[in-house]
Amino acid sequence: MIKVDNLHKSYGKLDVLKGINTSIKEGEVVAVIGPSGSGKSTFLRCLNLLEQPTSGQIWIKETDITDKKANIMKVRENVGMVFQHFHLFPHKTVLDNLTYAPMKVKGLSKQEAQKQGRELLKKVGLADKEKQYPNKLSGGQKQRVAIARALAMNPDVMLFDEPTSALDPEMVKEVLAVMKDLVHTGMTMVIVTHEMGFAREVADRILFLDGGNLVEDAPPSEFFSSPKSQRAQEFLEKVL
Amino acid sequence: MNLDFERIMPSLPYILEGIPMTLKVVAVAAVIGIVLGIVLSLMKISRMKPLKWIADFYTSIFRGTPLVLQLMLIYFGSPQLFGVQIDAFEAAFLSFGLNSAAYISEVIRGGINAVDKGQREAALALGVPYSSMMLSIILPQAFKNILPALMNEFITLTKESAIVTTIGLADIMRRSYIVGGETYKFFEPILFAGLIYYVMVMILTVIGKLVEGRMKRSD
Repeated sequence: MIKVDNLHKSYGKLDVLKGINTSIKEGEVVAVIGPSGSGKSTFLRCLNLLEQPTSGQIWIKETDITDKKANIMKVRENVGMVFQHFHLFPHKTVLDNLTYAPMKVKGLSKQEAQKQGRELLKKVGLADKEKQYPNKLSGGQKQRVAIARALAMNPDVMLFDEPTSALDPEMVKEVLAVMKDLVHTGMTMVIVTHEMGFAREVADRILFLDGGNLVEDAPPSEFFSSPKSQRAQEFLEKVL
Repeated sequence: MNLDFERIMPSLPYILEGIPMTLKVVAVAAVIGIVLGIVLSLMKISRMKPLKWIADFYTSIFRGTPLVLQLMLIYFGSPQLFGVQIDAFEAAFLSFGLNSAAYISEVIRGGINAVDKGQREAALALGVPYSSMMLSIILPQAFKNILPALMNEFITLTKESAIVTTIGLADIMRRSYIVGGETYKFFEPILFAGLIYYVMVMILTVIGKLVEGRMKRSD
């Protein structure tokens, strides 16, 4: 599904990613963890080219998205993204947030888009909020709408960039519950997170990044009980 | 202060008839100003440097010289510029429109920059093309923030339109001045013109407040 080959990203002299190699299978759920500044968000943002890699290759399905000739817009259509700070469109109602891109990008009719949008809102438990504007929602509700908005494009992969980090503690659960439902549908997911419990529970694999390097790539049972690298051991001691 | 409106009373309708002319100049200029202002602002934030340079140069010219000079250059220079003598109305809306575009482009640029960067990323992540992203995501939010500044620009435009008098366009100002010349009483007709401008600006202010209120729905 996704193959990352020797991915580098630097801003001027600062090397944020120093050659990441990994691959993610269809339906796999991968949690990316690591200390702040380790490059995990940058890694995620390279997967839909919100950051342009400095060098290296990324394949999504059969497309090399780092190829200059690749259609970036087409790639992004199939890769959904959920941001730490939601980034809902504040001037559009909840339902319009969900219907805008499918209508604009995929050419769905208004009826189709609204039907699909309502189904998704029901799925994330916010069917009664469709006419509200985002500013009237709580953080957890906003993030659930944001997940539904990404799903409305029917993506092959979903990227989550610290989806619960900006939430009050009592709202973390509702968002994680929605994500768990998504895991059960077989969606391929890459999740940058600080929620170790969640990562351990739902992820098939843990990618541990430190200083721009992929230090460990292991199933959660292995990673959390017996991390190989010293850096991961130190990290886990601090967060668990 | 002895005001004598009696003598200019018969001429008041003549002055009032200048309102449509003033409104036409302002309306056409405002449309040109907004459309060209949006284009210029997009050029200014463009990653293609030459576009930015052109837009910056344009702004510097129209902000760096007096409006009345631009009006006269366009009006009196039109045979040399365009090969035909354009009429005073065309010269008026052209110069005001081009001038206002320079100011409006700066206002819009500021408004676009003030929109959260995440909005752009969210739209891009959904595969929304640049033009749609600008038109339906970024600009609507930018406009909401810059509405007071835009209203200010339109108010300025309405009042500044009085300088079309210098090229003989029969607007409110010109007409009141003519009435003054005919009756040998300048104070009263010009005072009357002032009242008309004031009322027009008040109406604009109310409209601005209404639009602002409507846009606040999503807050």
